[in-house]
Amino acid sequence: MASKTQIAFIAGTLFLLGVGLTLYKAFSLGFPLVPGEYREVWTIESKVSFTPSKDQPVQVDLTLPAPLAGWVLLEEHFASSGFGFTVAEEANRRKARWTRQSMEESTTLYYKLQAYQPSSQELPDMPATLQDKPLLENDQATAMERLIGKLREQSADIDTFVALLVTEFNEESQDLDAQFLLGTFEETPEAVMLAVLAHAGIPAHQIKGIRLEDGRRRQTLSSLLEFHNGDRWVVIDPESANIGMPANFFVWQRGSDALLAVAGGSNSTLQFALVSNSLPAKAVIGMEQRAHEYALLDFSIYALPVEQQGVFKGLMLIPVAALVVVIMRLIVGLKTSGTFMPILIALAFLQTQLLTGLVLFVTLVGVGLWIRSFLSHLNLLLVSRISAVIIVVIFMMATTAILSYKFGLDRALTVTFFPTIILSWTIERMSILWEEEGFREVFKQGGGSLLVAVLSFLVMTNRLVEHLTFNFPELTLSLLAVILVLGKYTGYRLSELYRFRDLDKQQ
Amino acid sequence: MIRLISPRRLKELGILGMNRRNVGFIGKYNPRRNYRLVDDKLLTKEAAIKNNIPVPELYAVIEAQHQIAAATEALAAHEAFVIKPVQGSGGKGILVIVGREGDQFRKSSGTLISAEEVRRHLSNTLAGLYSLGGRNDRAMVEAMIQFDPYLEKYSYEGVPDIRVIAFKGVPVMAMMRCATHASDGKANLHQGAVGVGIDIATGKSVRAVQHGHLVTTHPDTGANFDELQLPYWDRILDLGSRCVEMTGLGYLGVDIVLDKTRGPVLLELNARPGLAIQVANMAGLRHRLATAEKIAAETDDHDMKIALARQHFGVHT
Repeated sequence: MASKTQIAFIAGTLFLLGVGLTLYKAFSLGFPLVPGEYREVWTIESKVSFTPSKDQPVQVDLTLPAPLAGWVLLEEHFASSGFGFTVAEEANRRKARWTRQSMEESTTLYYKLQAYQPSSQELPDMPATLQDKPLLENDQATAMERLIGKLREQSADIDTFVALLVTEFNEESQDLDAQFLLGTFEETPEAVMLAVLAHAGIPAHQIKGIRLEDGRRRQTLSSLLEFHNGDRWVVIDPESANIGMPANFFVWQRGSDALLAVAGGSNSTLQFALVSNSLPAKAVIGMEQRAHEYALLDFSIYALPVEQQGVFKGLMLIPVAALVVVIMRLIVGLKTSGTFMPILIALAFLQTQLLTGLVLFVTLVGVGLWIRSFLSHLNLLLVSRISAVIIVVIFMMATTAILSYKFGLDRALTVTFFPTIILSWTIERMSILWEEEGFREVFKQGGGSLLVAVLSFLVMTNRLVEHLTFNFPELTLSLLAVILVLGKYTGYRLSELYRFRDLDKQQ
Repeated sequence: MIRLISPRRLKELGILGMNRRNVGFIGKYNPRRNYRLVDDKLLTKEAAIKNNIPVPELYAVIEAQHQIAAATEALAAHEAFVIKPVQGSGGKGILVIVGREGDQFRKSSGTLISAEEVRRHLSNTLAGLYSLGGRNDRAMVEAMIQFDPYLEKYSYEGVPDIRVIAFKGVPVMAMMRCATHASDGKANLHQGAVGVGIDIATGKSVRAVQHGHLVTTHPDTGANFDELQLPYWDRILDLGSRCVEMTGLGYLGVDIVLDKTRGPVLLELNARPGLAIQVANMAGLRHRLATAEKIAAETDDHDMKIALARQHFGVHT
């Protein structure tokens, strides 16, 4: 009895704690209880690498992004061990400055930010001033004049002039003069285009920023061109000649100046690692406004780097799957092969999708059992037999992947997500079960495992469950309470109502 | 539609469910540290001998793969023997050899197997194939029980064994498991063996059940279960409750066989006895366990407990 009240007390406390924190977050902090609109939040990790010169003080200046075009910065983080570090405002631009007396080895500095774009906005107006004309050699000046003359002839106004210019620099059959300019300038095409625009008397500059692609590790800085057509500023993509701000372009700086200046070092590079994550809109707003006000938010999963957030998104689903296993075993009384094997299978299903996963699993185990029955004739020691099964399973996975690729069945490529070792143990256990208890028992336990796996999968992919577990991880405490209480459940299992069904007869 | 029994009716009948057995009895009355004595059949044997409880004679223990060849040679000295994993569970991995045919060994089912297959069985056993949690194990070779000729007609290709559930030293319920052709010589009820409920008071059969249905005769031998009266019943009950004292496990399943010359012999103990005994007896355990609890509270005397059990749990009056 004592242990029962103890359990009741612990479970009650945990349950109330979980539900209480959830309600507090929902009503007091405005976290949405049901999944609503989602926002793409981008984490951009900038890496500045350089090789320091010998015995010279090092100074690294990085212009920090000024959010434009509707972008909002959520969080910034600098990593710079061993460096003096300041952020200074300079001519309306924020600059991060790392300094150090001397350095020996190549080093990398990090600047990480999180940003999202609630709505795409036009860039604000600014006065049109003509950029400096670069000095030209005689032959360059001639080529420039010829190119400008030709473009003027072909174009109706400034807009078409710039569009033609961009096309000229990008087409396969480049204009000879454009080719010559590109070859002698030793600059990026954007810089050459700016020079041409300067000589043509069209105010223009670059917009520096990042083309956002999820999962990119070594993205480099990109540039857009912005020119003034006498009426207003127009953005043009210097690669595709498309007018207007491209989607998923993070604006870092409006202006042609270099972002990075390294004094006392060489071979400096600026690279970006990009991760995007879908977060509920309301939570993002909450994060923006209150990130520093409430300790609770500071210690939530949102405080982690986005990559880890993604990992926890998956981890927080496992307790839910465990609850499914507990219910199916203790209350329904299903037999599964290995207690938590169904969860691992369900996790694999998350990658493969349900139907593909089921077909792949049944095929792998089926073929595995067949090969294993051959192995059993060889009279091997247990460990080497299971190792052999593991290798066979890996070969089967490879075969499946190659065949499916050749036949264009891309879905089946996900076969690699099945946990090899678990699969091999399943095959081994099933084959023993077959030998000892017959096919019926294999069918029962295999079917039970698959059923639990499918149920876990369905629960884990439920949008509401996903939303709740990730945004309210404290609900896991309540879940723990439920599991504790179920651990004291002494009632009948559903399967026992079937097992003992005949006991009533003779009385 | 699948026919089910209502949980209320189950409760009325006093049927013990798996969850209640695990939490209410095994978890509560069987301390973990005492499991080793039961799960390790060699320790069980040792303790039994110390307590003057008869057990089958031990021929050999094989502990390592390299001993297998020599051990198989040595087995030639014995006409019949049984190989068991020391930490086996649920009757897995038990190989019964009843005789010889030249170089080959005859299994209880009558099939002949080669020495090679015996060696493979030993090797698998040592690797832990049949053992709890797949741990490395040892194999033990025991004398085969020459079972009492009286029981011969009740079993097909296997030794009929008697399972007694004892709770706090009080024998609560008993059954005999008779292998059939359908169960492939195994004494597992869900594989088609006949479970015969045994009256605690007298040792007579109460009823016999196969596949959940009442039967009156053995499906293969035709022997009538109604006439069954287990010999040595007093000694069986006595042995059952002494095992509780020996192991310190409150809730215990005791498996006993009847030897031609020695009478009741302890085969093995089970700290997690199954629930099938209720099916064989067509009766629930819960009411009896509650009564047993009272008996145990009333008296500490071994004989008194048995006497009270026979008085309370008797079905034939």
